[in-house]
Amino acid sequence: MSYLTIRNLCVGLKDGTPLLRNVSLEVAAGEVRGLVGESGAGKSMIGKAILGILPKAAKITSGQIVLDGTDLLALPPAQRRVKVGATCALIPQDPLTALNPSRRIGPQMTDRLVDILGWTRAAADTRALTLLQEVQITDPARVLRQYPHELSGGMRQRILIASAFAAEPKLIIADEPTTALDVTVQKQILKLIAGLQARHGTALLFITHDLGVVSKVCQSLSVLYSGKVVEDADVKTFFRTPKHPYSAALLAATPRYTDPSAGLHPVPEAVIAAVRAEEEHG
Amino acid sequence: MADAGQKRAGLRLWLSALWLLLLVLTAIFAPVLAPKNPLEQDLMSGRLPPFWVAGADPGFLLGTDSLGRDVLSRIIFGSRIALSVALIAGASTCVIGASLGLVAGFYRGWVDIIVSRLIDIWMAFPPVLFSILLIAVIGPGLVSIILAIVVIDWTRFARVIRAEAMAQGAMDYVASARVAGRGRFGTMLREILPNVLPIIVVLLTLEMGIAVIVEAILSFVNLSISTDDPTWGGMISEGRQSIHQAWWVLVFPLITLFLTVLSFSQLGEGLKDRFDPVLR
Repeated sequence: MSYLTIRNLCVGLKDGTPLLRNVSLEVAAGEVRGLVGESGAGKSMIGKAILGILPKAAKITSGQIVLDGTDLLALPPAQRRVKVGATCALIPQDPLTALNPSRRIGPQMTDRLVDILGWTRAAADTRALTLLQEVQITDPARVLRQYPHELSGGMRQRILIASAFAAEPKLIIADEPTTALDVTVQKQILKLIAGLQARHGTALLFITHDLGVVSKVCQSLSVLYSGKVVEDADVKTFFRTPKHPYSAALLAATPRYTDPSAGLHPVPEAVIAAVRAEEEHG
Repeated sequence: MADAGQKRAGLRLWLSALWLLLLVLTAIFAPVLAPKNPLEQDLMSGRLPPFWVAGADPGFLLGTDSLGRDVLSRIIFGSRIALSVALIAGASTCVIGASLGLVAGFYRGWVDIIVSRLIDIWMAFPPVLFSILLIAVIGPGLVSIILAIVVIDWTRFARVIRAEAMAQGAMDYVASARVAGRGRFGTMLREILPNVLPIIVVLLTLEMGIAVIVEAILSFVNLSISTDDPTWGGMISEGRQSIHQAWWVLVFPLITLFLTVLSFSQLGEGLKDRFDPVLR
């Protein structure tokens, strides 16, 4: 029984340009699913559609997003927001803009607990403190009183991760959580997310364009191309025998440091043409 | 270097705050501070020069105007009108303009279309002419001046705050707040407002300076309150007529006006440096 089921989701711009085409996707409870694809494939769009934060210009035209047995799109907006707020969380891409610059860290972490879920202020503060310790922030009591600009990018991403886990959500959507960080910090952050996910048993939809990351963190993955899911597989099978030609080409395009002389392998034109042709027929 | 800049900014803040504080105290204690009755005419002692010029009367420190009224006392009482216009008109303009701008910039959609077109139309009117027209219709008086300033200047706030609310609304932290279950209105107040507040403060202080000037302009063209009442603009206007015989009637209120407007704008700049967490 999957926790999140997306069925035939279509998202388009107001002028009719399709952004997502018949996307179907499942995330089981406690599962880590990777969502990969090149820039502009619509990876983030899926996350935003689930969370109800699509940009003004985009609209869901058809399909279902079933969260824990409830079809989100059938709910009125206010109820939908409450449902999502109580069960889902987002780890955003850019830690520099994801924290409100004019508010202290503490209230930003505890807002949801106090205002939406009705915790007492004291309980929420304790919770924030514990979580900051869990993401290995030294002197968490001081950090809670600081402003975002006083902290480094890595620290801020740790805080965002801690905030995401604060309300014990059932599903976390991580939208390229390491892209804005430098490589040395990326590895720590990945470890941290994986560790927290395992301890809390949260389902995780991990949006990334880095297949290397997927192989380390995820159990299954969906490959997205031009707003369509072209392959759905568990990680082991995918890396051994990718089924779809686009997936194979994407996998082959990953640079390897074992043979530097090999150069880079872009996705061949023929593959893209084949995917396009298939699209037009199906 | 940054340290020197910080110090200069601090000095600017303190100097302007000091002048404005002095002005507020002057306005409150005007009856105690003013050496003479500002309305009392004494045609026998008209156009007396300030105290350091030969022929001055030590009773009139900054001299008298052509009707023999004490310039210093009139400046002191004039601060009451100037400050009440600055505070009331500035604050009302700020509240109305900033709210409209905030809502338009954050909600977008049809609210934004209406507010933006309204701003465009509004700004096509020449402001001074507009205010003169307004006062001609509703009649002169303190309330009319305040009303005129509010009606004309709300666009100043609305435009800037709308743009800023729009920029802040696109930030990830707003999306995060929405995901966390906060409603639109709550997000606007809790997340967006604190981030546009430094700009609102700067605009507010600028607006207070502008309000003082507008009041002076309207007094200058005799559309303010009755000519008897001491307003800085009215004094400048009267002084202009006798500039060759008695320059002090023009110069002293002008200096006061200049320092006040300058202080308002510098106070805003200083406060912005101090309160903006990113700049700090």
